[in-house]
Amino acid sequence: MGGGLRPDVRILGLLAVLILLCVVGYLTSDGLFLTEGNISTVLRLSAAIGVVSIGMTFVIATGGIDLSVGSMVALSSVWMTTVATQSFGFGMMVVCGLVVGLAAGLVNGLLVSYGKVVPFIATLAMMASARGLAERISGRQTQVVTDQDFLSFFRGDFLGVPVLIWILAVVFAIGWVLLNRTTFGRRTLAVGGNPEASRLAGINVKRHLAMVYGLAGLCCGIAAIMVVARTTSGAASNGLLYELDAIAAVVIGGTLLSGGRASMFGTLIGVLIFTVLGNIFTLNNLETDIQNIAKGVIIVIAVLLQYRTANTNRTT
Amino acid sequence: MSENPLFARRRFLLGGTAIGAGVLLSACTSNATPDSDRTQPVAQGGGDNAEPGEEVTIGFSAPAADHGWMAAMTRNAQAQADIYSDVVFQATEGTNDVNQQIAQVETLINSGVGVLIILPHDGAALTSAGQQAMDAGIPVINVDRVFDSPLAYRMWIGGDNYRMGVNAGNYIGERLIAEGVDDPVIAEVAGIDSLPLTQERSQGFADALERHGFTVSNRVSAEFTVETGESETANLLQAAPRIDALWNHDDDQGIGVLAAIDSAGRNNPDELFVVGGAGSINMMNYIEDPESVVAATVLYSPSMCSSAVSMARLLGQAKGMGDLAEHEIPASLTTYSAVVTADNVADYRDVGFES
Repeated sequence: MGGGLRPDVRILGLLAVLILLCVVGYLTSDGLFLTEGNISTVLRLSAAIGVVSIGMTFVIATGGIDLSVGSMVALSSVWMTTVATQSFGFGMMVVCGLVVGLAAGLVNGLLVSYGKVVPFIATLAMMASARGLAERISGRQTQVVTDQDFLSFFRGDFLGVPVLIWILAVVFAIGWVLLNRTTFGRRTLAVGGNPEASRLAGINVKRHLAMVYGLAGLCCGIAAIMVVARTTSGAASNGLLYELDAIAAVVIGGTLLSGGRASMFGTLIGVLIFTVLGNIFTLNNLETDIQNIAKGVIIVIAVLLQYRTANTNRTT
Repeated sequence: MSENPLFARRRFLLGGTAIGAGVLLSACTSNATPDSDRTQPVAQGGGDNAEPGEEVTIGFSAPAADHGWMAAMTRNAQAQADIYSDVVFQATEGTNDVNQQIAQVETLINSGVGVLIILPHDGAALTSAGQQAMDAGIPVINVDRVFDSPLAYRMWIGGDNYRMGVNAGNYIGERLIAEGVDDPVIAEVAGIDSLPLTQERSQGFADALERHGFTVSNRVSAEFTVETGESETANLLQAAPRIDALWNHDDDQGIGVLAAIDSAGRNNPDELFVVGGAGSINMMNYIEDPESVVAATVLYSPSMCSSAVSMARLLGQAKGMGDLAEHEIPASLTTYSAVVTADNVADYRDVGFES
């Protein structure tokens, strides 16, 4: 199952990679890496992409893919910050962000399940149209947040830890429980492992798929709130390339692209590995091209590891 | 869409009444005959270019307005065309698809426009389209991203990336020297590193700093978006616990840069000052605010697109620029990257754009 109380070897291997990276970071950065400010920065930057990746884990566990997550983040963030919703205040902004994300996700889900459109194509269409709609709504301008309550809450700390990190922790905990301890999670893996058998076993596969894509959309809505808080603005350019980062994190985390096996814990480590990598490169003032090469190497190694163990640990 | 850089062109539009001293050339020295009509060429200061002339149809093709600066370019062109009673403006829908932009240019050629303004998404890829227009006898004004061949345009008008860096570097260098900062930490938040324009900006910045005996201590590259500006700067601030000056290449991503500075609790003008790039209204507001770390921005102003339309009109009417002694408009015009600070920000608000 992975990520549960019995973490398999792959998760431990991935954790070792993360720890190794942290050691490298510590050794190369004159003690900058382990400062409270830096750890907090790494986690804060992981928060939005982390939440998106948690939603993506469910989608990939069903054997699907969601290419529209970045665009859904953009659309939700712009919707939240357009003048009409800002004038209604903080609560309305949050609700709008969540509802828009959920709605876009459900559209994906309905296309995939009831419309029988291949996930890759359905979400590709959403990827293009959601960003297009975000550009239309925002007038292609950055909408700066003026609502001070929103800013002070989401940019603030709770018990000394940034609120964004709390949100990531809560979403992760819910995601982990949902995947590993509920019927919903079991059905998700079953649908990914063998949709036909699941249908015969009495699972409403179509409805379940629609819910999973809706969940991914909701996660994008949550991420949009985080991005708006981080950048103090909504923009149609938000969430650029999130789909690739999220898929990479989920895949190196040990979730099978073909579905049927997923690890929430692995996804989180995957996200952290990429964020820490970027952080270490900046701390050492290195060029971004080398960073991208390193990113590619990590993905390949992780997937090769997975490929070798895929058939031994498969849960159905 | 508040102000437009229309009035920045006032100098250009208002015919100066100061007639060049050349008119008073009573230069009947030497042995020239008094009735000689050979005079020295002199600029007439404005002339009558503002007066409506023959009607000019101007075609306009630009990339998608997917960020504030590009949106301002398109808006400025339209607004400039609107103030001329003798200009018919045919704008196509902006696109980042090279083939689509080529098709648009061909459509404009076939519709018989008099002058064509092309702001290519990719200069190299649109060269042939520019050439095609020129071959069809339609003069092309190439804005900002330059074509591969001068045969593809009658005039190029655009910004100066290298000098943008130079002016940012000079401002930062001079200020740090004036403040007597020893061994300053200078940070740079660049745009997309793979673009030549980013490389030129960084080169200019480094060259200017070198003249003052400084170098860039920490450099990151974002992607011209608010979000990447925030994430790159967040890491940068951890890498450099002390930063004296920071140059951010682009005011669009500057909102994110400032959000990161604020998150790190370093939004303190006594500790660090930030110089922006491009010249958004947003940054100009911060420049005016003494509480803000933003001290200046170096222009790369979308007002160049307003100028392109006024040049296209003169080209269509076969007129030159009133303040020059030439009969025609120039073949190339580079706009200047002025440094906007608290002292002169009021004068530059008219060219500021909504990012």
